[in-house]
Amino acid sequence: MDLTLTPEQIQFRDELRAWLKANVPAPVPRGTEESMEQRFARLRVWQRQLFDAGWAGVSWPKDCGGRGASLLEQVIFLEEMARAQAPQMANTLGLGLIGPTIIHYGTQEQKMRYLPKILSAEEIWCQGFSEPNAGSDVAGIRSDGRLDGDHFVINAHKVWNSYGWVADWCALVVRTDPTAAKHKGLTYILVDMKSPGVEVRPIRQMSGESEFAELYFRDVRVPVANVLGKVNSGWEVALGTLMHERATLGSSITIVYRRMFDKLVAYTKNTIRSGRPLSEDKGIRQKLAQAYAELEVFRVAQLRSVARVSSTGVPGPEGSFLKIFWSEYNQRFQQLAQEIMGPYGTLEEGSPYAIDGGEWAYGFLRTRGNTIEAGTSEIQRNIIGHFVLGFPKSY
Amino acid sequence: MRFELSETQQLLQKTARQFLTNECPMAEVRKRMETDNPHDAALHKKMAEQGWTGMIFPEEYGGMALGMVELAATFEQMGRVLLPGAFFSTVALAGSILDAAGNPEQKAKWLTPICEGTALATAALIEESPEWETATWSATAKASGSGYVLDGKKMFVTDAATADFIVAAVKLSGELALVVVPANAPGLSVRALRSYDLTRRVSEVSFQGVNVGADHLLAKGAAAEAALHHGLNVAVLALTAEMAGGMARALEITTEYAKTRKQFDTVIGKFQAVQHLCADMYLWTESSRAAVYYAAYALDKRLPEADAAISVAKVYAGDSYREVGNRGIQVHGGMGFTWENDMHLFYRRAKASESALGETAYHRERLARLVIDAV
Repeated sequence: MDLTLTPEQIQFRDELRAWLKANVPAPVPRGTEESMEQRFARLRVWQRQLFDAGWAGVSWPKDCGGRGASLLEQVIFLEEMARAQAPQMANTLGLGLIGPTIIHYGTQEQKMRYLPKILSAEEIWCQGFSEPNAGSDVAGIRSDGRLDGDHFVINAHKVWNSYGWVADWCALVVRTDPTAAKHKGLTYILVDMKSPGVEVRPIRQMSGESEFAELYFRDVRVPVANVLGKVNSGWEVALGTLMHERATLGSSITIVYRRMFDKLVAYTKNTIRSGRPLSEDKGIRQKLAQAYAELEVFRVAQLRSVARVSSTGVPGPEGSFLKIFWSEYNQRFQQLAQEIMGPYGTLEEGSPYAIDGGEWAYGFLRTRGNTIEAGTSEIQRNIIGHFVLGFPKSY
Repeated sequence: MRFELSETQQLLQKTARQFLTNECPMAEVRKRMETDNPHDAALHKKMAEQGWTGMIFPEEYGGMALGMVELAATFEQMGRVLLPGAFFSTVALAGSILDAAGNPEQKAKWLTPICEGTALATAALIEESPEWETATWSATAKASGSGYVLDGKKMFVTDAATADFIVAAVKLSGELALVVVPANAPGLSVRALRSYDLTRRVSEVSFQGVNVGADHLLAKGAAAEAALHHGLNVAVLALTAEMAGGMARALEITTEYAKTRKQFDTVIGKFQAVQHLCADMYLWTESSRAAVYYAAYALDKRLPEADAAISVAKVYAGDSYREVGNRGIQVHGGMGFTWENDMHLFYRRAKASESALGETAYHRERLARLVIDAV
């Protein structure tokens, strides 16, 4: 075991830290009047600034605009961004999921065409996997892609598309061979969202906002050259994306969650109940310490997973337990915050007396989605059962 | 950066696993646990020949001077087989306190035989009110002639019945003092308690006018507090490593069973209800393992967060081992509730470990002081 960074990694971290210190924009507090579009435009400018300074795509190949560093530098980047309380970059899915998939499966032409514009936020990406009848059973996709000369003609209805409302491109999975077995007839194809026949409708979530959209594709013509990987091997490509999703997501999460933890601790120290700070209440101390312990365990388990991925090169199915861990932890943590804050915890953005601009009320509701998005806890447990523990497939 | 064990560490781990699987099969553990004294002297001697009794101690006393990661890797294997007997109390508890508190003459006298495998030992710390704040302890040592006389009572002393000597924590002129007491000293009595962990015994140890020589005082005041603090960190680390190993083994046994037991014409491991119980066991096992090795690393490198890392591992492994035991028994169904099935042996060890060396609430409070009060 050796958890120290190399001198080069330390230098990378220190340079980045200094740059972030000089360049991170002042935070826009919750409750500030700002539309979803204005917010996104702001994040887009921020990503462009990072790109120009050479910080976007840390582990991506140099010839595609990346920095050519290792996954560990990428993790350092995510941690430092979170530590500096930097806004996230606009092109979340392009950077985290679709870009790495293109790097892995794309032709040289595809890499040169798509990757630089993902990094510069010139082209924003969304992902079209789920359908009304293909959620957890994502291989049950019914979207139709029919070959017509050198184009596929696509008819599809996709749901839960983050950034669908603003995306320029969509990484879409469609069924191109309806006669093949369920997992065999799928194709992963890159679709220009400005193509005729594409329609986007927002979905309002229980937390009030509309991060997600549903997408309709009606006779949309997409060049065969836009297929990523081979025709009818889209399942393999999509699976690679999903594993990437689980492997790197945790790195920034630990820092963000730690900040929330520190915020809650500060609240208990500054809030007097029954004549003394809440932080001196024995029950609350026990619960905060429990949350801290769980968060630390997640941090080191994530660290172990990253170290393993960086030596083997591929994320493994064991990433599923990290997904279960952070999502369930976050729900427990937000529940603890609600318990500590009592009725004040329910006050939303814009309300008198709202704590931290209503962040806790929003946070509590938003975390309900954590055990559903990016693969439900049940699906993750199935993956562990079958792929890690070697049980027969249960479905 | 590398989280995995080095090749040498992996070799050590593999050797330990093979050795313990051969030398300490469950049939042997069961035979031992049914007796008054589960310690196996012949096995202890063999482990000493492997060098394990001196693993973390300096070479001048016969040790191997290895680090905390090696210690964790070895104890993890011991936890897998539920190794009964005094190895844990001798090496991880008494040995590590002695190493931190003793002067060279004292170490030559008491640590060398531990390394050689010729002496068994333990530490007598908490009392009838089982608190871990040293200020709450009331057993005393008083200067008497050229030495000291000890009075008081200690509780939940691990494997005291087999110990050749006991490191006792007492008050000397109001300060904490660590004193070595030979087990045959007149006035020392050991009364066995019947706890549900049959593979690790605990006793009450009483001192009634026990006389020891001046050279038996290892340390007092701040030096004693620091030595005990370090020794207990090492002991908790070893305990949590055992717990991680126990979890891993319980998970293996349970998945093996679920792959062979048939109901409704198929193996029960095909059912999601069963798979999800096992998936939880996997999550707790792997997470505990990460926490334990991180704590080992932090303690080894003396990182500022070492104390917190140790308590994090103890809190998390305590909850996890218990829940792994719960799920493991549940998956086994009626068989899991029988005496002949091994799951209850892991469950008993899990629960005993959860309350040993600071129950979960104690370690949570220790964390609260580190992460709430200190900021």
